[in-house]
Order: sequence, then C-alpha cells, then structure tokens
Amino acid sequence: MQRNTFVKALAATALFTSLAGLAQAQAPVDLQFYYPVAVGGPIAKTIDGFAAGFMKENPNIKVTPIYAGTYQETIVKALTAHKSGTPPVTSVLLSTDMFTLIDEDAIVPFDDFAKTAEDKAWMGSFYKAFMANSQTGGKTWGIPFQRSTVVMYWNKELFKEAGLDPNKAPTTWAELKDAATKLTKKDAGGKTTQYGVQIPSSGFPYWLFQTLTTPNDTILANDAGTQVKFDDPKVIEALQFWVDLGKAGIHPPGVVEWGTTPKDFFEKKAAIIYTTTGNLTNIKANAKFDFGVGMIPGNKRKGSPTGGGNFYIFKKSTPAQQEAAFKFAKWVTQPERAAQWSMETGYVAVSQAAYDTPTLKKYGQDFPAALVARDQLPVSVAEFSTHENQRVTKALNDGLQAALTGTKTPAQAMQDAQKEADRILRSYK
Amino acid sequence: MSTRGSPTVHRGSHTAVQAWLLLLPASLILLAFTHWPVIGTLWHSFQSTPKGGRPPVWVGLENYQVMLDDPVFWKALVNNLWFAGATIPLSIGLALAMALWVNERIAGRTFLRMAYFTPTVLPMIAVANIWLFFYTPQYGLLEQLSGALGFGSHNWLGSPSTALGAVTLVAVWKEAGFFMIFYLAALQSLNPSLREAAAIEGASRWYFFRRVQWPLLMPTTLFVLINCVINAFRMVDHLFVLTRGGPDNASTLLLYHLYEVGFSFWDTGYASALTMVIIVALVGVTLLQFFVLDRKVHYR
Repeated sequence: MQRNTFVKALAATALFTSLAGLAQAQAPVDLQFYYPVAVGGPIAKTIDGFAAGFMKENPNIKVTPIYAGTYQETIVKALTAHKSGTPPVTSVLLSTDMFTLIDEDAIVPFDDFAKTAEDKAWMGSFYKAFMANSQTGGKTWGIPFQRSTVVMYWNKELFKEAGLDPNKAPTTWAELKDAATKLTKKDAGGKTTQYGVQIPSSGFPYWLFQTLTTPNDTILANDAGTQVKFDDPKVIEALQFWVDLGKAGIHPPGVVEWGTTPKDFFEKKAAIIYTTTGNLTNIKANAKFDFGVGMIPGNKRKGSPTGGGNFYIFKKSTPAQQEAAFKFAKWVTQPERAAQWSMETGYVAVSQAAYDTPTLKKYGQDFPAALVARDQLPVSVAEFSTHENQRVTKALNDGLQAALTGTKTPAQAMQDAQKEADRILRSYK
Repeated sequence: MSTRGSPTVHRGSHTAVQAWLLLLPASLILLAFTHWPVIGTLWHSFQSTPKGGRPPVWVGLENYQVMLDDPVFWKALVNNLWFAGATIPLSIGLALAMALWVNERIAGRTFLRMAYFTPTVLPMIAVANIWLFFYTPQYGLLEQLSGALGFGSHNWLGSPSTALGAVTLVAVWKEAGFFMIFYLAALQSLNPSLREAAAIEGASRWYFFRRVQWPLLMPTTLFVLINCVINAFRMVDHLFVLTRGGPDNASTLLLYHLYEVGFSFWDTGYASALTMVIIVALVGVTLLQFFVLDRKVHYR
C-alpha cells in the first residue's frame, strides 16, 4: 500500500510541477530588489510606494523590495546569493562596489538595454560627478539613485558668540583654521569644552579624507581603479593639515566617531562639522539653534567626494528580468520621483531635471540648505574606489587612523599604505 | 563517566542499535551543519579564492603562508589573547562575587538578581550602542564622571591605548550576569547542612568559601570556563558598533578579522585558513580543559 501511495504521490507532484511551470510562463516577471538604508527617516515606506506605483503602470512586472540592512550587509547578502546562483535581479549597492562586482562577474552593464534614443538620453541625464564612479572601460555599470556628498555644517549661534559673521562660512583652509581657533573654548581648568571643527574618522575615514585631498588638488586613485597615489606629497600635505588641526587643539584628538558627530553638533561640542548631506534632515529636525550648510572649504581648488548607492543589474537573472530591472531603474530616477526621494531622505537628486521640477524648486526656496550639495556637484569627484576595493580602502583607513592617533607621522602612514595597496593591486597592472 | 556493564552479547547489540537510532537525528544535523562544513573549510583553505570566471585551484599551504605574513592577523591574535586574558578571569570572578552576594538573604534580592541578569538579555548590538554613548568624549557618561572627579577628557574608543580595554570591559559587563546564573543555581543546590556544620565549628566565611563552597562549585567553574574561553573568541558583535577594529587595528579580534577577510575582501581561501586556525585553537583548548582540568574537578 505504501509503495502504491508513494508512486501516486510522485505522479501527482510531477503533474503539479509541470502545471505550475505552465502557469509560470504567463506569470508576471519577478523582480527582486535589495536595498539598504543608511540614513534615518521612513525610507521603507517610500520604497514600497515606488514599487506599488511602478507595478500599477507595469502590471506584467512584480517588484519585491527587500530591505537588506546597511550597505555592507546588503552587498554581503547580494554577493552570497550570487555565489549560490540566485542573486536578486537588481540591488542598490555602494557606487564604490562597482569594481568588486565586476571582478566577481556578478553584474551586467546598462548600455545593452538602452535601445531607444529616449533610453540613451535618460542615461546621459545624470550629473557627471555621479557618473564618475558608475562607469569604467567605456560602459555604464551603475545608475545613480541614493547619492550623497560631504558638506560642512556650522552653528550660527556659536559663530555670533565668537564674533564671526554667522552668515559667512569659511571657504578656504586658512579661514577654516582661523574660524576654528576662535570657536574653540576652554574651561578654567584648561579642558576644551567646545571644539572649532570636527571631521569624523571612524569606520570610513578615507571618505572624509577626500574632503581634504580634493581641495589640495589631487585624486587618490586612477579611473581604471588599478593604481593609487597615497604617497603623493599633496596627499601627505592634506593629512598633515588634518593632524595639525588636532595638534592645535581646535579639533578633537584621536579618532572621532562618525555616528556621534551629529550629536556633538547638537550638544555644541563642535561648532563646525563635516558630514554627509544624508544627515541634513536629521540635523534640521534636531538642532535647537540656527545652523548653516556650506561647501567644503577649498585650498588649491574646491571640491568634495560624492558617495552613496547605485542601481546594479545582476548577471545571473533572465533577460526578461534584466529588462524589467532596467525599466524600474529608469522609472524610479525620473525627475519628479528623484525630487520626491531627495526631499524625503536628504539625498541629492541625481539629475538637473529633478532640481528643475516645481516641487523641488519650491523646497529649495524655502530651505536653501538643501541646494548646497547640488551646487557643490560641479567640483565634486568620485568616491575613492579601486579593484579589491575594501582591502585597499582598509590599507588607507589604517594609515589615516595611525596618523590621527599619532602612532605614525603622516608621511610614514601614507608610505606604508601605498606599499600595502601596491601589493594588493599588483595583479591588476 | 563511562559505564562498564557486561550484558549478554545479543542484548548488547540490540541496545546499541536502538541507541544509535535514537542518536541518529541529532548526529545527522550535527554532521550536516558542523562536521561537514569544517571539512569543507579545511578543503577550501588549500585552494585559491575563486574570482568571477576563474575557478579555485589547489595552492597547498599558500593561504597559511599569507597568514604568517599578515600583520593584521598577528595584531588580531595578540589582541585576542589580551581580550581572553582579561575577560575570562574578570567575568568569572565577577559572576561568582555577584552570585555569592545575591545568594544571601538580603532586601531586594530579586531586584538585584534581575539587574545583574539584564545585560545578558539585551542583544549585543543594543549593548554596544548604549556603551558607545557611555564612551563618547566630552559629554558621555564616563566623561561626566571623570570630569566631576576632576580628571581630564579622554577619547576612550578613539585612541589606540584604550580602545581594546574599552571593548573588553563591555564584554565583561555583558557576560558576567549570564555566568552568575549558573553559579547561583549551583550555590542553591549545595546542602544547607554544610553551612550549619561550618557555623557550629566556628569557621569564618572566607574559610567556608575556600574549603567548602569553592571546591563544590568546581564543576560549574569548569563549565563556565569553557563557555568563557569560547566566548572570548566568538564575541565580536560589539566591535561593529564601537570601533570596527580601529583605530589602526588596535581593537581588532580574530573573528572580526576573519569576517573582514571573508565578507569585505571576499577572499574565501584565506578566510578558510583563518577559520581553521581558530577551530584548531578552540578545539585544542576545549580538549585540554576536558581531559586535564576535568580530572582535578571534584564531582559528587
């Protein structure tokens, strides 16, 4: 009896599977989409709203947004899924992960899907600064989505107290140093109660370091991501400037935590801070004083790195799925939706067209701070990224922290980091 | 510990089959999720990391050679030994002290027990976020305390000399309450007549603890010790929030380094080699504890 039942069950299963297979052929295209959340605010709700809106217009595509944690957790999940053969169709991952994803043979370029003139025009509509680390070898591997850049925030009240013009932020290194000196306060015992300027250095100091190397007119990596120049005198000079701020007692000593930097600003422990535009909404909501947002002070030139995430399309999905992913990325980055995304999150809208929409124009008039990041884009550079990205980045981070904590001189730290990076990248030359 | 009976051969084999059948489900799961991955990891540790289209190739001991030349590995190893050397005695000592304290009949005993146990219930990431604000320079709890006492400001997590100590302290705080529960259970199962006898003999509390309680607690101590050693190599969650191994690897631990190599650098070959080293070290320590220390432990 048991054997009989077993055979029947087997036959039924086979029949069911083949029927299901038939049904699958007419079923909508499944579009799994991983996304990370790196800033505060109800982002999940916005994303779900986008997915629902897209499905309404494209009933033959079923979008499943999956919140996958931080950027680091998301790439771990996406790459692990890729290695086991079932990656998401598309995912938002750091723009700097491009070389890693190419090396793992995990993604396909967007160019092959852009068939119409309209598609091509869309791909050309993004700010050049954002495309800098979305393209390599003549192909576009990522589409800018939740992009940010580092800007400077300053406390206008403390500026007034220190006798500085609260509406005029420092624009050069010399002015920054001067203002920071005036803004530093000590108590009777000689303990510093308020630092003039604070540039965080935990976790990913290389990104903040780019706010110093870029003004010093030097780029840390080449476009192909195969070479770095950490031991360039201009790079060492930029690090020396950072270290000297600490030595002068106008910047907190040691490694400064990224996560608590906005709170240090709220608590008036730091008068000027460097942090992402992604924190704008947070600071707007929590700062109990009048604050300003300004471009990163320049030296030989102006400039700041971009950051944030791009859309990628994974290789191990069906052509129909990849087409659908292309369509979704295009839909989501249309000007009015990019504008909405920017207002709800504080991220920079990815195209000029988005800033030209009436809604974002009005938002910008009411809250001009939101436009600083955009105005900085023409002088912005790509976030540091190479092949073996995380490993090379770690070599740089370790060097920076060694210099900031005083265990190595800036020159020694950068030469050691250069040596390590050269070793890691030796097979890409 | 083993039983040396002499049942008849026939009955014996029958019982053995039954025993094995009963053990089968558990051992299958153990094989699939513990032993097989270990063997797989050993295999991968002798191969190169597959990248994109390039399949892995046999490289022999190269991954282990890389490890010997990796300064971060050595730094992580030394840090981990300090971390273990501090967390093990501190958390066991603290657990025992707390257990002895809340075992007494004192007012608010239940409240105290609960308070001591709370850190165990909290997830490590939440604990780390709480401590992040304790350690924050200038206005963190620690700073306010040291400021009130007239000491200078210090960046606990941001300077290489204190970062490891700071993350060690969090681990002790988190762990001690958990071990206290085991000690408390063991203390309560001790025969009360021992205490009465000691009282009649006029033994001091210290003498009673040293000569009666401590020896009788040895099985618990061994159990706690094994757990504590394993935890010293396993507990890295808080690093992700507090220091990310920094500054300049000052607070990195072996498992954190392993995570970075495996899931940031995607160097699975080297990560497998690192895993093997940790496994061998942990298995070695555990065997040592079981076979050497176990003999010195007094079981009732």
